Amino acid sequence: MMKEFAEVTCPFCGLLCDDLVISSNSHHLKTIKNACAKATSCFEAPIVDIKPKIKNKAVSIEAAIKHAIEILSASYTPLLTGLGTDASGMRQLMNLADLKGAVIDHMHGNALMRNTLVMQDLGWIMTTMTEIRNRADMIIFVGTDATNYPRFFERAIWPNKSMFGLKNEEKDIIYIGENLNIRSGISPKGKKPTVLKCQNDDINEIISTIHALISGSTIDVEKVAGIKAGVLEKLADKIKQASYGVIVWAPAELNVPHAELTIQSLTELAKYLTRSTRFSGFTLGGNDGATTANSLCAWQSGYPLRVNFNKGFPDYEPNRYSTNNVLKNKEVDSLLWVSSFSDTHKPPKALIPSIVLAMPSTKIGYTPDVFIPVSTPGIDHAGQLNRTDTVITLMLKKLRTSPYPSVANVIEKMIEGLR
Amino acid sequence: MYIKLANGRIYDPIHGINGEQRDIYIHNGVITRKPGINTKIGKTYDLKGKVIMSGAIDIHTHIGGGKVNIARMMLPEDHEKDLVAKTSLTRSGCGYAAPSTLTTGYRYAEMGYTACFEPAMVPSNARQSHMEMADTPMVDKGAYAMLGSDDFFLRMLSSKKDQAAISDYVAWIINATKSMGIKVVNPGGINAFKFNQRELDLDEQNRYYGVSPRQILLSLIRAVTELGVPHPLHVHGCNLGVPGNLNTTLETIKAVEGMRMHMTHIQFHSYGAEGDRKFSSGAAEIAEAINSNPNISCDVGQVLFNQTVTASGDSLHQYAGHWHAHPKKWVLMDIECDAGCGIVPFKYRDKNFVNALQWAIGLELFLLVNDPWRIFLTTDHPNGAPFTSYPHLIRLLMDKSFRNDMLSTINKDAAAMSTLGSIDREYSLYEVAIMTRAAPAKSLGLKNRGHLGAGAIADITVYTDNKDKERMFSKPDYVFKDGDLIVSNGKVVKVVNGGTHIVKPGYDKTIERSLKRYFDDYQTMSMGNFKIDDDEIVEHGNGRLIVQPCM
Repeated sequence: MMKEFAEVTCPFCGLLCDDLVISSNSHHLKTIKNACAKATSCFEAPIVDIKPKIKNKAVSIEAAIKHAIEILSASYTPLLTGLGTDASGMRQLMNLADLKGAVIDHMHGNALMRNTLVMQDLGWIMTTMTEIRNRADMIIFVGTDATNYPRFFERAIWPNKSMFGLKNEEKDIIYIGENLNIRSGISPKGKKPTVLKCQNDDINEIISTIHALISGSTIDVEKVAGIKAGVLEKLADKIKQASYGVIVWAPAELNVPHAELTIQSLTELAKYLTRSTRFSGFTLGGNDGATTANSLCAWQSGYPLRVNFNKGFPDYEPNRYSTNNVLKNKEVDSLLWVSSFSDTHKPPKALIPSIVLAMPSTKIGYTPDVFIPVSTPGIDHAGQLNRTDTVITLMLKKLRTSPYPSVANVIEKMIEGLR
Repeated sequence: MYIKLANGRIYDPIHGINGEQRDIYIHNGVITRKPGINTKIGKTYDLKGKVIMSGAIDIHTHIGGGKVNIARMMLPEDHEKDLVAKTSLTRSGCGYAAPSTLTTGYRYAEMGYTACFEPAMVPSNARQSHMEMADTPMVDKGAYAMLGSDDFFLRMLSSKKDQAAISDYVAWIINATKSMGIKVVNPGGINAFKFNQRELDLDEQNRYYGVSPRQILLSLIRAVTELGVPHPLHVHGCNLGVPGNLNTTLETIKAVEGMRMHMTHIQFHSYGAEGDRKFSSGAAEIAEAINSNPNISCDVGQVLFNQTVTASGDSLHQYAGHWHAHPKKWVLMDIECDAGCGIVPFKYRDKNFVNALQWAIGLELFLLVNDPWRIFLTTDHPNGAPFTSYPHLIRLLMDKSFRNDMLSTINKDAAAMSTLGSIDREYSLYEVAIMTRAAPAKSLGLKNRGHLGAGAIADITVYTDNKDKERMFSKPDYVFKDGDLIVSNGKVVKVVNGGTHIVKPGYDKTIERSLKRYFDDYQTMSMGNFKIDDDEIVEHGNGRLIVQPCM
């Protein structure tokens, strides 16, 4: 029987759009309204039929969990990573990390850390999507065009209505960076954005120059990172005129060494501008439950991600306890990978016993010791997920019946077995 | 099984019992009358000479929600010296000023507290607040939803919607966010800051809406009163921390014309602008106003000297205060056309004139407000000091010579400007039981908590009396939660989850028509998803709901 679900939350990117309409015949789903291409392909993907495996051999779920328990039991310091799960799954993973003295990191740990380091160094001023939608008269995209967050423009930049009478045509859109698709930044009536093309490596220099100009300094070079001084002066003046400006970046896309320093230039510019007008930052990220994992780790342990529980208390070292680092340095002796929203993220290959909890359709690329197909929150079971802005938490719905257990369920059983 | 607490000295102000020796019986988690002679008593604790009070209730402590979590994330240095290892019973975590949720729950219980109320839950962030509180074990929880700077309310007020419609909205928010009451923070000020206003006094107007904090305050008080929400409007007034703000505070008390109002962390709102440094104590005037206005209750928000972090919904004043950040970092947020927040780490120093005087002002207020039923013990955790400093604060209130010793060590000019040294009052155990148990329970409408009579939930704390009250209140002998022994000798012996207190005021459901339009037109979250179901707290939160009746 077909059933229609309204106000469905999409868990497949950090924006968590919650206005989707989806029909379900209990096994197959069809997106009816408000789904972007990514949402459509994720919601409509059929359930793949696959058994849990031990070394590629099909086994029962009980046998797979039992073997995973044996691996964890023999392990001195497991690495729990991927963490592509909802709040319930993350709660169980935190419990397991504490119990087993594990290192814990997310598949998007590098992106998370770039932001966290800025917050922990000088802090920042941030805003959220509804504020941007109604108040922002200037939005500066830095190093991102937001195409990985397909409905960002529709939902936050070009609304049909604004609470304070701000017209879409009055908004200034600015892009700074390389290879940016600026099509979404053209207003509904055709107003073009301002574009400063530069390498991502050069963003910091450009932003710092704009900051210097706004604070009253003059520059006596013709060009900064290939951009004419006059262009920057004009832009600096324009920025000062904004009533409510927002700087948008996507930490995952700022793939330059010490991206946190670039991000800090953005946030310091917003802080400086707030001395006279209102300006703030907004960050696009949080895919695969990254915001949830980071926030939940922070409230349960006191620290954001990249914590080692091996000493019995949380030891936070965001550089040291990255997945890559602890594998490279052989600081961990077993691997537990979790990815329940995406089948494209692959677990790292490591020469240590490995347990993979992933979507049934995942092509792992090597043979882990244990593979357990898991269901997806927001499709196969209900759950909770935090949006990229760290403020909004949304409920995820159960839309169909899945033969696979949830991450929370599997980890809970492992914990029971380990106690 | 019946449990008997034998021969303890009972402090139960709701029943007027002041240190009398009595027995207490517990059955199925509830305090009962003495059972029949043939009833078997499963366990007897001989508590001869011990002090027995009901479990303490913190009416204002920032324990869960976005801004607290920002504080945790931002301050790894806060946790470093206070790491908490796991035990066979308890999970690992950390303190100090922004502790992990698990450590928060354990430490509250180990201090004899059995309920904590998060005072500033941003409605759009309510789900996360409840998730954090669900991960705060041992104690019961509850929260006040923050209103007054949200655009939906200000649109109603500026378009002169009638009070009944506003009350419907307030009730809708309480139901949708699973709260215990309403708090207003710098009425309208957070919203004004988004329009780049940098101050807002009681009768100043919001640049866009043309409404004043006075109008906002009165409208919300009427709503809370009409809805019969037991806890009066929880008010963080205008001009927090501003020298001379005592006049605004006195005006605010006058403004409510006898309606019930709870003024929170009133220490931060009791400043004069006298003297060479234009900063002085307004405690005497404020205490006098509270003494003569029985409709007003307050909690103090005592400052104690140490490193802490200030976390507040008052983005306007947190921005103004960021210049004093220690260490030099701070976070500010505008939130969803709903609210905002600011997190500024701060170090209160006893040799700093302003900080020392803040400390003295808080104590003056405690000692000059006569009625312990209307002044509650808080540090506005973590804003004035972490909640773990409550035992020290109790000693300052109960022990005049200790207080005067401390007074002699603070900044000399501040000490000279304070009347603290001339105040002889010492709080009694009975008064401490009022301000930390009976009065908060009464103010919140918790009928079966905060006392030790038959029918009360068996949340009970047992202390060994000690001349050093800090020691006494740091380490209870026993703490019972719902009749379970959860703490023995100051350490957790059993982990329990605690429930969530809520109220469910009735309202006219047609308010959802205009709310639905508002959500569809302006918000980035649908109205249906904004509302929190009972199941979310129960199933996804590992907790249970405790519904308190409205009046």
